[in-house]
Amino acid sequence: MIATKNRIKALFEQGDKEVLSIYFTAGYPNLGDTVTVLKSLAAAGVDMVEIGIPFSDPMADGPTIQQSGQRALENGMTLSLLFEQLENIREEVKIPLVLMGYLNVVYQYGIELFCKKCSELGIDGVILPDLPMDLYEEAYKATFERYGLSFIQLITPQSSEERIRKIDALSDGFIYMVSSAATTGGAGQFSEAQEAYFERVRGMNLSKPTVIGFGIADHESFQAACAHARGAIIGSAFIRAIRGVDTEELAECIHQFVQKIRFGN
Amino acid sequence: MSTNYQVNDKGYYGQYGGAFIPEMLYPNVEALKARYLEIMADAQFQADLQQLLRDYVGRPTPLYFAPRLSAHYGTRIYLKREDLNHTGAHKINNTVGQILLAERLGKKRIIAETGAGQHGVATATVCALKGMECIVYMGATDVERQAPNVARMRMLGAKVVPVHSGDKTLKDATNEAIRDWIRYPEETHYIIGSVVGPHPFPDMVARFQAVISEEMRRQLKAATGSECPDHIIACVGGGSNAAGAFYHYLEETQVNLIAVEAAGRGLQSGHSAATTALGRTGILHGSKTLLMQTQDGQVTEPYSISAGLDYPGIGPMHAHLFSSKRAQFQYVTDEEALTAAFELSRLEGIIPALETAHAFAALKHLSFGPKEVVVINLSGRGDKDLSTYIKHLND
Repeated sequence: MIATKNRIKALFEQGDKEVLSIYFTAGYPNLGDTVTVLKSLAAAGVDMVEIGIPFSDPMADGPTIQQSGQRALENGMTLSLLFEQLENIREEVKIPLVLMGYLNVVYQYGIELFCKKCSELGIDGVILPDLPMDLYEEAYKATFERYGLSFIQLITPQSSEERIRKIDALSDGFIYMVSSAATTGGAGQFSEAQEAYFERVRGMNLSKPTVIGFGIADHESFQAACAHARGAIIGSAFIRAIRGVDTEELAECIHQFVQKIRFGN
Repeated sequence: MSTNYQVNDKGYYGQYGGAFIPEMLYPNVEALKARYLEIMADAQFQADLQQLLRDYVGRPTPLYFAPRLSAHYGTRIYLKREDLNHTGAHKINNTVGQILLAERLGKKRIIAETGAGQHGVATATVCALKGMECIVYMGATDVERQAPNVARMRMLGAKVVPVHSGDKTLKDATNEAIRDWIRYPEETHYIIGSVVGPHPFPDMVARFQAVISEEMRRQLKAATGSECPDHIIACVGGGSNAAGAFYHYLEETQVNLIAVEAAGRGLQSGHSAATTALGRTGILHGSKTLLMQTQDGQVTEPYSISAGLDYPGIGPMHAHLFSSKRAQFQYVTDEEALTAAFELSRLEGIIPALETAHAFAALKHLSFGPKEVVVINLSGRGDKDLSTYIKHLND
């Protein structure tokens, strides 16, 4: 099955919709929960999902996601198994799906085979934080494009305008705008420096939509992020919400989590 | 001179190396890449570095002809005495250089990872010297088993942060140091302790350690009439002391380079740190290199009696020396290393670090002619390993 052309692009073409994207770790809380979580997120009205491929050494992740990955690996999660679990996912889940992981796992699987598999299963995009733009362009871009996969890249408050322009030109789907690694202020509040950064990026009128990630945890911070970008990605807060939840209760738990993010209490 | 074994302008040694870093680290790594060569070539920088190496570190370190060890193995063995450096190992060659570099980059806060604690102590030392804030990440397991070095770092004013993720050893400490750098990129310089990490770290650390072979050439010329020995032996975890000992001989292929990795309880025991024997190409801590890992690409936990060799990868320079066959790799078990430590202690009155003992143990695997010149890089002294040695004294 070839992926329906560009679900990510279609999503961002829907006017001023506030895009809610959720990250979760495959094989967490239990090995067999991947599809349950995905279906529940789609049913709860989430717009896009990042499926985390667990890795032993996730250097760009905070403690919550690290622990979920560790747990998933202990559960027996592998990339091959993830692909098996996603075999029929497009029969039910229609929202854009993005795989997020570290380069080594994909490299060992084989870049070409990985892209082919993603394309067959209907995966729309890939985020590999430790594959920087320059190396992507040099060695991987042609393969990703041949299989119609969006390669989504990160920008940070330290990224120069020149760098952001280059990422905008080279990336596909959307730009993952890291809010700030050192989050300060209470929930729902961004610092002045962060807001200035969001506005600096907005003022650049990039060709790709931006989505804010890191430090988005609740209704207030989601709203605040949407005031500066097309949407936001929630990872750690979601992992915490489903930690230790039984498989039968995941759907209800996820429904409530998403309701709270969208509408507050 | 051709440079088949040096880093190329893209940061690779053959197919190994590169800078596989998240965007959050790009500005720091890029600034370092743009400036490290220029800073290191600066006359004032060199003057400051040479002065510290001489008056503070205690360089040049002696090249000592070891008569009883030589007689025992029927060859001519010289020891490069890096154990006589301030803080007891070669690690300080790199930290002195990097702290001067950090000053010129305008950084105020220093972070480091450490396994056995030698690099942590060397970093804490230069931070005290320069009055800079110092945070050392150390696996919780290592914090417990290397208590004296933890105490030294604290006495020097460093904050030691125990790392509880993964196996709680060097690999995990490195992950945590990288996360710190991602959180505080602007004010922080990360002093990596080995020839690992994203380009330009492997090359920069190798250049700071290259003082070892620079001195060796001079000292060998005076002692033997030739700058080149027949063989150089060094232990390899990440590979910084070996990089320093090999550096000025890389392109002189008549010099046999022998790198010794820790086989732990044996290559096939499942408890080993012999990356070149057990690993395959992968990406960890910012570079493409040889890596011990599962079929699925999960990095496996290494094992060695020596915390400094307990690393699942190897610097990209060494991965290239291995795959190009420029260096010969040897694998030494815990038992062999312990035996070698006792042998050196009793033949020459020198107690080596457990890491270094691996280099000496390789003597038993090899045979050299009576006229051949062998240099062993005596990378560190054994004070820190006394508790391990005492356990085996009565065996």
